[in-house]
Amino acid sequence: MRVCELHELGRISYSAALALQGELVEKRKQGLISDQFLLLEHPHVITLGRNGRAEHLLAGPEALRRAGIEFHRTDRGGDITYHGPGQVVGYPILDLRAWRRDVVAYVRGLEQVIIEALAEFGLRAGRVPGRTGVWIEDRKIAAIGVHVSRWVTSHGFALNVSTDLSYFRYIVPCGLAAPVTSMAEMGAPASPAQVNRALAAAFARVFECEMIRPVIPVEQAR
Amino acid sequence: MIDVVMPQMGESIVEGTLTKWLKKPGERVERDEALFEISTDKVDTEIPSPAAGTLAEVLVAEGQTVAVNTVVARIEESAAARAAAPAAEAAEASVAAPPLTPAAAAPAAAAEAPPEEAPPEAVGPLSPLVRKMLREHNLDPRLIKGTGAGGRITKQDVEAFLAARAEAAAAPVPTPPVSPPAAAPPPAGEPAPAAPPLSAPAPAPPPEAPPARPEAPKVRIEPMSVMRQKIAEHMILSRRTSAHVTTVHRVDMTRVARMRERYKAEVQQRYGFSLTFLPFVTRAAAQALRAYPLLNASIDGSNIVYHNEINIGIAVALDNGLIVPVIRNADEKSVIGLQRAIADLAARARSRQLKPDEVHGGTFSITNFGSYGSLTGTPIINQPQVAILGVGVVEKAPVVVDEDKIAIRSVCLLSLTFDHRLIDGALADQFMLKLKAVLENWSEEVL
Repeated sequence: MRVCELHELGRISYSAALALQGELVEKRKQGLISDQFLLLEHPHVITLGRNGRAEHLLAGPEALRRAGIEFHRTDRGGDITYHGPGQVVGYPILDLRAWRRDVVAYVRGLEQVIIEALAEFGLRAGRVPGRTGVWIEDRKIAAIGVHVSRWVTSHGFALNVSTDLSYFRYIVPCGLAAPVTSMAEMGAPASPAQVNRALAAAFARVFECEMIRPVIPVEQAR
Repeated sequence: MIDVVMPQMGESIVEGTLTKWLKKPGERVERDEALFEISTDKVDTEIPSPAAGTLAEVLVAEGQTVAVNTVVARIEESAAARAAAPAAEAAEASVAAPPLTPAAAAPAAAAEAPPEEAPPEAVGPLSPLVRKMLREHNLDPRLIKGTGAGGRITKQDVEAFLAARAEAAAAPVPTPPVSPPAAAPPPAGEPAPAAPPLSAPAPAPPPEAPPARPEAPKVRIEPMSVMRQKIAEHMILSRRTSAHVTTVHRVDMTRVARMRERYKAEVQQRYGFSLTFLPFVTRAAAQALRAYPLLNASIDGSNIVYHNEINIGIAVALDNGLIVPVIRNADEKSVIGLQRAIADLAARARSRQLKPDEVHGGTFSITNFGSYGSLTGTPIINQPQVAILGVGVVEKAPVVVDEDKIAIRSVCLLSLTFDHRLIDGALADQFMLKLKAVLENWSEEVL
C-alpha cells in the first residue's frame, strides 16, 4: 500500500506553508519522498487564486491591515478565500500518477474526505453540483483550491471548524455570494486535533494509503 | 512544427480552460518547461512543453475553454534542440555531423570513449539544463557516462566530463601527477549549503572511471533520506533544548531473569511471542513514573506540563533510522500486555505500518541498546519529554552479596538521561532507586 506522511504543523504563516509545499513538491517530483499530507492552521490571511477576481475582495489594503489580515496572490485554482484561526487547512502533496491521473476525481476525493470526516462529528454534509467544495444544505463549510504540476498536487482545502465567520465579510468567498458556516455553528464543536484525526483517517480511506507519522514532525525539524 | 494540445487531465474531463500562457510567441521553450496553465474545476495545472524550440504560434487565447486534444499552440523545433536530442538517427548517420564529434581539445577522451562507454541510443532523456550545457560546450552526450536514474546524464556528469577533459588537455604539459583532491568530484563543495536534497545527485556511484580520469573516486555522495535529515535535526534540536545529564544505576535482574525463565516457553506457546526483559523494565518504569510525576512532564515556556497519562515510547531501530512508537497508558498494562504491545509496535514500525496516533503523545521514552550488547549509554532526550531510560545488556556477573560473599547474579546497567532544567540529580536518582527496587524485588506473577 502507498504510504502518506502526515504532518500536523499547528499554526503556520501562509508564506511559510507555501515555501514548505514548494520544497515538498520538488522532492515528490524527484521521487525522494512519499506522498505528504499537511494539516495546519493559518493566521488571518486572504488569498486570491490565479483566476480569482480582485473585485471579490471587498476591503482595501488599509482596511485589511487594520484588521490584521495578510493578503496573498497564489497559483492555486479557485477564486478568493479567507483562512484564519479555527479553520483546519489541508495541503496534500500527492503524485496523482500513483493514484489516478484525474484532477477532477482528485477534487471529488478531497470533498469525500471532508464529508466522511464531518460524519464522524454527526454532521451530514454533501456536494452541490457545479460548485466545488463541501456544503451543509446551502452553506459552504469547506473550500477547495488545488494546483497540479506534473501530476503532483499542492494547495488543498480549508474546513471551518470554529472559524470566526465574520472575517468572510471582507470577501465574496470563492466568488460565490453563498453563506459560509462552521462545525461550531452547525452544533458540532471540535478541537483541531480531533478534526485532524478524522481527516487523516478519511484521507487514508479515500486515497487508499497508509497514513504514517514521520519520526520527527516537520515543525520540529525546521 | 510540433503541435501542442490541450491535455486530458482525467477520464471524465472533456475540456479545459487555458488560463495563462507562461511563454510568449517567439520565445524559446525547453522540453518539459512549463508552457501554459489550464484550469478545470478549481484545479490549476501547469502544462509542460512537449518539445524544445520556439513558441511559433498561439492558437488559443487566455480565458478560452477548448475541448481536450485541441491544438493550442505550435512549436518550431530548434536545430540545436534536434541535434542535442538523443536521436538514434544521429548515431547511425555517420561521424560526419560536426556538432556530434567532441571538441578537438579532448583527443584522448575522444579516442577511448565512444565505442564501449555507452550503447549509442542509451543516452535517454536529458533535462533542459543538461541539453543546454551540451549545446554550449558542443558535446556528444554519448561520450558522457550518466550516473543519474537509469543512466541519465546529470549536470554533475557534464561538469565531471568537462573537468576531466580539461585535465587531460593539461596533462602532457609540465606538472606530472595532478594531486588527487583536485580531481575529486566537483559538486562536493558548492551545492551543499543551498538546499542539498533539491539538486539530488542520484545515489549511484560512477561505476567505471570516466575517460582521462585515472583515479577511482575517493568519495561517494548520497543525499540523506528525509527521515535521516529529520532525525539529524531533531537530535541537534534536543541537544540545544535540554540540559542533558545522565545517571547510571546497576540493577540486579536475577529475580526477573528467573521469572522470565519460568514463563518463557509458556508465553511463547500461548501468545506466540517471546518474553524479553523489556516489558519488565517498562512496567517498573511506569510504576516509578507514577511515584515521580515530574519525570513524566514536559516544559512549555515557563510552565511545567504534568501529563496524567503515562505513555511510554519504545525506540525501534529501522534499517536506516529509528522510530519511537508509543504504548499508551503503559501503567495500566501487565507484563504480558506490554510485551504484546512492544512486539506489535516494533513489527509494524519495521514494515512502516504504524498509525499516526501510535508515534505521537509519548511522555517518556525507553531505548533498549542492550539488545545489541551495549553495557550502557547516554541517550538523547526525545523532545518535548524530559527523560529517557537506556537499558543495557543483562549479563551474569560476580556480585558482592550479603556483606562479604561473591555470587553470580544477572545484572544490568540502567541509564537515565534527564533534563536538568526541570529535574535535579537527587530526584532522578530517587526515580532510579524506585525503578531498581521494583525490578530487584519483582513480585508480580507473569501469568
